[in-house]
Amino acid sequence: MRRIKRKARWAGLLVGVALLLSACGEGAWNDPYPYADSAQNIYYSSFSLRPKHLDPARSYASNEIVFTGQIYEPPLQYHYLKRPYELIPLAAGAVPEPWFEDAQGKRLPADAPEELIAYSVYEIHIQPGIRYQPHPAFARDTADQPLYADLDTAALERIDTLSDFVESGSRELVAADYVYQIKRLAHPKLHSPIYGVMAEYIVGLDDYAKTLGDAIDAQGGGHLDLTRFDLLGVELVDRYTYRIRVTGLYPQFIYWLAMPFFAPVPPEVDAFYAQPGLQARNITLDWYPVGTGPYMLTINNPNRQMVMERNPNFHGETYPDEGEPGDREAGLLADAGKPLPFIDKVVYSLEKESIPSWNKFLQGYYDASGIASDSFDQAIQVSSQGEAALTDDMREKGISLVTGVATSLFYMGFNMMDPVVGGDSERARKLRQAISVAIDYEEFISIFQNGRGIPAQGPLPPGIIGYKEGEQGINPYVYDWVDGKPRRKPVSEGKRLLAEAGYPNGRDAKTGRPLIIHLDTTGSGPDSKARMDWLRKQFAKIDLQLVIRATDYNRFQEKVRKGTAQLFQWGWNADYPDPENFLFLLYGPNAKVGQNGANSANYVNAEFDRLFQRMKNLANGPERIAIIDQMVERVRRDAPWVWGMNPKQYSLYHAWYHNVKPNFMANNTLKYRRIDPELRARLRAEWNQPIVWPLTLIAVLLVLILVPAALMYRRKLHAQGVARVPEREND
Amino acid sequence: MLAYIVRRSLYAIPILIGVNLLTFWLFFVVNSPDDMARMQLGVKHVTAEAIERWKDDQGYNKPLLYNAEASGGDKFINTIFFDKSVSLFMFDFGTADDGRDIGYDIQQRMWPSLMLAIPVFVIGLLVTITFALLMAFFRATYVDYAGVVLCVILMSISALFYIIGGQYLISKLMHLVPISGYDGGLSAFKFLILPVVIGIISGIGAGSRWYRTIFLEEVNKDYVRTARAKGLPERVVLFKHVLKNAMIPILTGVVVTIPLLFMGSLITESFFGIPGLGSYTIDAIRAQDFGIVRAMVFLGSVLYILGLLLTDLSYTLVDPRVRLS
Repeated sequence: MRRIKRKARWAGLLVGVALLLSACGEGAWNDPYPYADSAQNIYYSSFSLRPKHLDPARSYASNEIVFTGQIYEPPLQYHYLKRPYELIPLAAGAVPEPWFEDAQGKRLPADAPEELIAYSVYEIHIQPGIRYQPHPAFARDTADQPLYADLDTAALERIDTLSDFVESGSRELVAADYVYQIKRLAHPKLHSPIYGVMAEYIVGLDDYAKTLGDAIDAQGGGHLDLTRFDLLGVELVDRYTYRIRVTGLYPQFIYWLAMPFFAPVPPEVDAFYAQPGLQARNITLDWYPVGTGPYMLTINNPNRQMVMERNPNFHGETYPDEGEPGDREAGLLADAGKPLPFIDKVVYSLEKESIPSWNKFLQGYYDASGIASDSFDQAIQVSSQGEAALTDDMREKGISLVTGVATSLFYMGFNMMDPVVGGDSERARKLRQAISVAIDYEEFISIFQNGRGIPAQGPLPPGIIGYKEGEQGINPYVYDWVDGKPRRKPVSEGKRLLAEAGYPNGRDAKTGRPLIIHLDTTGSGPDSKARMDWLRKQFAKIDLQLVIRATDYNRFQEKVRKGTAQLFQWGWNADYPDPENFLFLLYGPNAKVGQNGANSANYVNAEFDRLFQRMKNLANGPERIAIIDQMVERVRRDAPWVWGMNPKQYSLYHAWYHNVKPNFMANNTLKYRRIDPELRARLRAEWNQPIVWPLTLIAVLLVLILVPAALMYRRKLHAQGVARVPEREND
Repeated sequence: MLAYIVRRSLYAIPILIGVNLLTFWLFFVVNSPDDMARMQLGVKHVTAEAIERWKDDQGYNKPLLYNAEASGGDKFINTIFFDKSVSLFMFDFGTADDGRDIGYDIQQRMWPSLMLAIPVFVIGLLVTITFALLMAFFRATYVDYAGVVLCVILMSISALFYIIGGQYLISKLMHLVPISGYDGGLSAFKFLILPVVIGIISGIGAGSRWYRTIFLEEVNKDYVRTARAKGLPERVVLFKHVLKNAMIPILTGVVVTIPLLFMGSLITESFFGIPGLGSYTIDAIRAQDFGIVRAMVFLGSVLYILGLLLTDLSYTLVDPRVRLS
């Protein structure tokens, strides 16, 4: 009987193991995806930080726009291939040309003097026939009333995620949805990150926020229907047309129309999500976006996976048929005129660590990858000429490398209010120039960035109007043009400037005391230590002492805000491809101290400010370029920043991934990408054959170890004289 | 026993208030409500008015612990501490700074944590106890010496090395299981097998060494000699008599950790992409989300207190001499 029980126990165990192994499914054992999906037209990628906001009024972070960019459709978008970056229509019929009005609302000619212009009016026509993705907020009952507008407790019991709603519907996109979203930017409960900027420009937005605040107080909570309140600066003209009235001249406003902040939100969707029962289940617009774009978010579990699928109601768009020179040769126009999007489904998996993510890319389970510093040598080899190329291992796998200099800048700012390094005196200017010469950013990029960056020559990165290549683009205060390339001035030049500033050999000529510069930074870990040691060495080259004041990010920000930092490191990523978006970082009225602006260095120069005012409202052309040149020359001379570097993005793509071109402005590029799922399935199977012999070896080794132990056990029992007597289980 | 449990539960209240106060103080030493607002609103284009609006909306516009402008009890009640703490004792964790319901997120994320933690805990305990008993059985032989050396080696290796080495060897080179990821139901098996095996192996060294010491102390006692004299096989002596009598020190270390299995493992979950609670607190600290931090610290404290209570109760089960009063 006991033997039968024991056999039954073993049989049960074997069945259990068989069941679990069957869960592994067919295909490669290490395939993290279902076998059925292996040859599907699915793009696989990863994310390391869960998105916090997917509501277009709130979302601003780069890890969020990866999703919102594919789902929402603002009126405009950037051309995928053309450079310089060019705005083209997305949901709009055309890129709007603003007209101007005076203070009385009278229309002015296009060439009216700037001082007469009180308002710029943008009239946007939306293409008819665009429809939203299927969504329960659009579902209607037989009486044509919203099906899920007033969910009771019983109905909510069956709802856990958005997919639990049985019915869904759709409707046509109308201009009123865009108007509604602009109103949402002022909603006091939404805390839109661009409300502050937009309140300066969109007529009446500031007052509108106050009106909504009062209405919320009066209403005492619950959903506030914004259609009840008119916004002065935004007018609904007809079903497909709306107007935005902007204070004065603000040509950069057009770029905001390409961001999800200005995407449509239907009022009924807002009302649907505002139901208390849904909010308690975390079913909100912030979690389940609703749009007209090529993709819709079908699974949102940012603790594990986020899945977007092709929007069946997508209005259709075709791959561009023109680009910049070289695009055709690079195969980027091979799909010209074909309908978008190419990919059916997009799966983003959470990968908090870079090592698993990198290894899964090498196994073919991710289609694209960045390169973390610990994988750099495995992926990239740098030639003696400094050229980066793929290693043989990568080439054998058919992986390709695409690089591009980002429209970003990492700089080191001087606090211009500081009595030592700041101010407009010749002494301080030469001191700043000397430090600029001493800090060898070429070396920094080589050591700490694996060559992924270029030394910045001024406030404008490549790709931004006003940036100049070659000799005419170098910063003459830090570089010489030698043998057809820029060469940093020698350390002796830095020492000479320092001596002229009154600090020969790094000592104050009047007091004889060594000059000590303080750098405030958030870097305090082991990685930062190497960087800080390197920085100290750079200052020591011109006999200056650098003291590092490491602090947490909150205190660092506070120091910069109060103007108590002396030297600090910061960066900027372009919102839009206009020089105004970089030069405003040095505009006097934007000073951090007193104005809480973005000018962290508190640089104030009357001539620069005058030129900025003129430049920001000019159309692109020779006059604007000339003014930008003057502004760049002035800040290069004054050196309120050590210009630092423009980071270079390195991305790797498998052979089955096509139509890749870096575009640092567009957020909706997924629709242009194409994959070859059959090639991917074949290569994945080839690369991931299971290797089981080491397991057999381990099993044999274990047996070899256990056999002597078992023999010893028997010997010991014999010695105790209990082996031959029947076992007594009970005491 | 019931009176004991009630009394211990009441003792927990001042402890939890103290923990909550300490968490509150430590958090706001580093982060001010203004900092929290900036973190949520982003550093670009943020205005002073936007910060004030965010604080008003989130309830961070009051004094932290003491409201000098209020009168009577409101001096303490009309504060951020009171507002944010009271609901915790009703296990209402409120919402995170991004508006998500914390209780809902905890419910969602605790299951993957348990899927990983329970097998590691149960199988790991069985393996370490068995290994320790074997070492005790083969004491002073080459098996014991080799076992001790192996334990010291296993103890000396960092947990991170096991993870990275395991992923490299088993997943990258041998292609036997996915490197990372997670799925529901039976499909979770292929994702969990490697982290479970790694969790067990990395725990064998320290656990076995500790249990071996306990067992060696027991095997020299008179009752063991008596059992052997009665002719009981060594297997029965060890697994029935020695193990049972060694349970008190084992339970002291083990039962207290059972409720904490809910809290997950930060490093393992992070490297294997398991969507558990392990990284929830760390992510919240990085995001300066006080709502999640206080909820998780509070939950951790409650579970720890529960673990200590369960430990006391477990003593009565294994040792009839123990009475709780």
